Amino acid sequence: MNIFRQMLVKPWLTEQDAALELQGVRTFFLPTPMLGLRVFLIVVMVFFTLMISAFTERRLFSDWHSTPVPWLLWLNTGILVLSSIAMHWAWTNARSERIDGLRLWLSVGGILTLTFLLGQLLVWRELMALGHFASTDPANAFFYMFTAVHGVHLVGGLVAWSRTTAKIRRGSKADDVRLSVELCTIYWHFLLLIWLILFALLLLT
Amino acid sequence: MVDAAQDQVNFVPPAEVEEMELYHPKSWVTKYVFSQDAKVIAIQYSFTAIAIGLVALVLSWMMRLQLGFPETFSFIEAEDYYQFITMHGMIMVIYLLTALFLGGFGNYLIPLMLGARDMVFPYVNMLSYWVYLLAVLILVASFFVPGGPTGAGWTLYPPQAILSGTPGADGGIILMLVSLALFIVGFTMGGLNYVVTVLQARTRGMTLMRMPLTIWGIFTATVLALLAFPALLVGAVMMTLDSILGTSFFMPAIVQFGEQLEYGGGSPILFQHLFWFFGHPEVYIVALPAFGIVSDLISVHARRHIFGYRLMVWAIVIIGALSFIVWAHHMYVSGMNPWFGFFFATTTLIIAIPTAIKVYNWTLTLWRADIHLTLPMLFSLAFIVAFVNGGITGLFLGNVVVDVPLSDTMFVVAHFHMVMGVAPILVIFGAIYHWYPKMTGRMLNVPMGHFHFWITFLGSYAIFLPLHYLGFLGVPRRYYEMGDTSFIPDSAQDLNAFVTVIALVVGVAQLVFLFNIGWSMVKGKKSGPNPWRATTLEWQTPETPPGHGNFGEALPVVYRWAYAYGLPGAKEDFVPQNLPPDQVMAESGEGLGAPAAQPAE
Repeated sequence: MNIFRQMLVKPWLTEQDAALELQGVRTFFLPTPMLGLRVFLIVVMVFFTLMISAFTERRLFSDWHSTPVPWLLWLNTGILVLSSIAMHWAWTNARSERIDGLRLWLSVGGILTLTFLLGQLLVWRELMALGHFASTDPANAFFYMFTAVHGVHLVGGLVAWSRTTAKIRRGSKADDVRLSVELCTIYWHFLLLIWLILFALLLLT
Repeated sequence: MVDAAQDQVNFVPPAEVEEMELYHPKSWVTKYVFSQDAKVIAIQYSFTAIAIGLVALVLSWMMRLQLGFPETFSFIEAEDYYQFITMHGMIMVIYLLTALFLGGFGNYLIPLMLGARDMVFPYVNMLSYWVYLLAVLILVASFFVPGGPTGAGWTLYPPQAILSGTPGADGGIILMLVSLALFIVGFTMGGLNYVVTVLQARTRGMTLMRMPLTIWGIFTATVLALLAFPALLVGAVMMTLDSILGTSFFMPAIVQFGEQLEYGGGSPILFQHLFWFFGHPEVYIVALPAFGIVSDLISVHARRHIFGYRLMVWAIVIIGALSFIVWAHHMYVSGMNPWFGFFFATTTLIIAIPTAIKVYNWTLTLWRADIHLTLPMLFSLAFIVAFVNGGITGLFLGNVVVDVPLSDTMFVVAHFHMVMGVAPILVIFGAIYHWYPKMTGRMLNVPMGHFHFWITFLGSYAIFLPLHYLGFLGVPRRYYEMGDTSFIPDSAQDLNAFVTVIALVVGVAQLVFLFNIGWSMVKGKKSGPNPWRATTLEWQTPETPPGHGNFGEALPVVYRWAYAYGLPGAKEDFVPQNLPPDQVMAESGEGLGAPAAQPAE
């Protein structure tokens, strides 16, 4: 029964409730950490949506100058796409219980993410060398803020990634870490989607 | 058909709720310091919140001293006054009320009332407290940096918040923003726990509609917190960048002390929208747990099921949803389009409807009930009185035309203190008197409690009721002195002095409460496991205070809702949620419920 229907039940009448009781008491038939991740992703989505709405509102003003797009940003985007693919392969390996493939692709995913983050720092350096500081104009301000906030979320993902990697190194089986790898992969795909949206906004303006 | 359903209810297949893997701490440090047990974390949150709340209380005394006796306390300068109001407001709303209701009461009551052993993510729960503590320490640090804490008002409006005319523009504002960001991170971690635990970790038979209203209130407030705090985080990040990097998210072209600053193109109104998109749900984050808790206090101490439970649940959820579309009623005087104001005034008045329904239902619960005037009941009755008062003044302020002359006057101060200060704090006190026996195994001393109650309730009224009148006169808020103003009579200053004296008396009376908490832990009357004869699961634990794992070997099974008081024909005037139906005693001494059916062979 969906959650809103459940809230129409009259709890003082036992008979009506009996049917619900036999169905078990989880509201969603999901592993609990998966529900936790999904709720967290909603929170992150609200956060980025608000920033993007502030961005689109500011963009409408006549004093808007677009930020230049260094080619390195395209390369970084490609690297992030590859890291998502690597994480996905790590997950498929975990599902098939192939620990070696899992270990390999998990490491590749993490290394590519670190490369992306480094690449973002290099983009910042390049822009600052060209005189495009955060305070120069609003487009730059939004660019630096978007990239910084996105990067911080990736670092958070890397924390989870490193815990999973450490677990594997300590000898866990593929089945034990399968859920963790799945959650990491979903998170990576989500941050990739956010990056693609931010990148598109940057290009379109 | 009914019998078959009854049989199915009575036969409970074993262990259909999977046991969660509990972390079993070995050392003193992992048991009481870096604890993953929600009960310990709850107490940590509560102590920290109350400690910082006492700091904010002292700040309020400083403000009152300045307002009541401006000549005498001339060492309090205007800058100091602004810092007091800012820190008092921010601490009280966020670091005390939000932290205490969600982190304190949420952590303690959610697992216990749901029949769970702990929260679903105990390690993250533990981290959430330490992040909160760090946020508090950083906030306190702002008192000690050059320039002191920020004096921008708890609303932190730019451009003034980061300009040198406002105290704390050098360092205090940055520490405030960093502290808020950390708080938000910590509360996201905690919030994930509360929400997912309520959704996934309820014990067998504990359907959503068998949960006590306390849980519904805290759960909905947590959903609000998860969705609303990001707006504050965006505002905080942008303001930090404006201050540190010189960006102009919120900063318009501006001249400071005759000098054109580097800023330009930003919008202070953007901050207001972001802040209040967070700020309005925030006040419901404080109010909804109070609504939920007071429903349970009234029910237990009036020995009556809550009137209209389903409507109470839906009212909480609808209030939560509507709270996201009323925010600009805090911005009526910002110069926005009048049609915008019309829309928000409409939604604001609409949100009053489910709120009023809750008040009617509390009253109807009490009608012809077996009211025991215990301290939790007294605080609950006081809550209803204070909340109705504050809520009605909110209706006045919700109308644009009435709000324009009352905006930024003491009327607004009186309103929000009544609804956010007096009313929820009365619930917190009532809740502590109610659940203290569960947490410690002892009752709080009753004579001290009465002293505390009467002075707090009558005193709070004596403080805030006159402020409405000052607001009508036009006395502005956030002014550190009234000075010589033609439209403010001298008697208004006398009123201010009166309010200050009362405020100090009420403040001192809280010391009696704090003493009571400590004294009763050692000398209090032993309470037994269920002194209030309540039905909810937290009172049915095998140990008092509840041990690690909460419920001993086997998790409870729930057979009925949380409000089985005064069941017709039953011997006791309450039936616990986990009492099997065949064990419910009738007045005659025989069983009231059907005998337990045996599983088919």
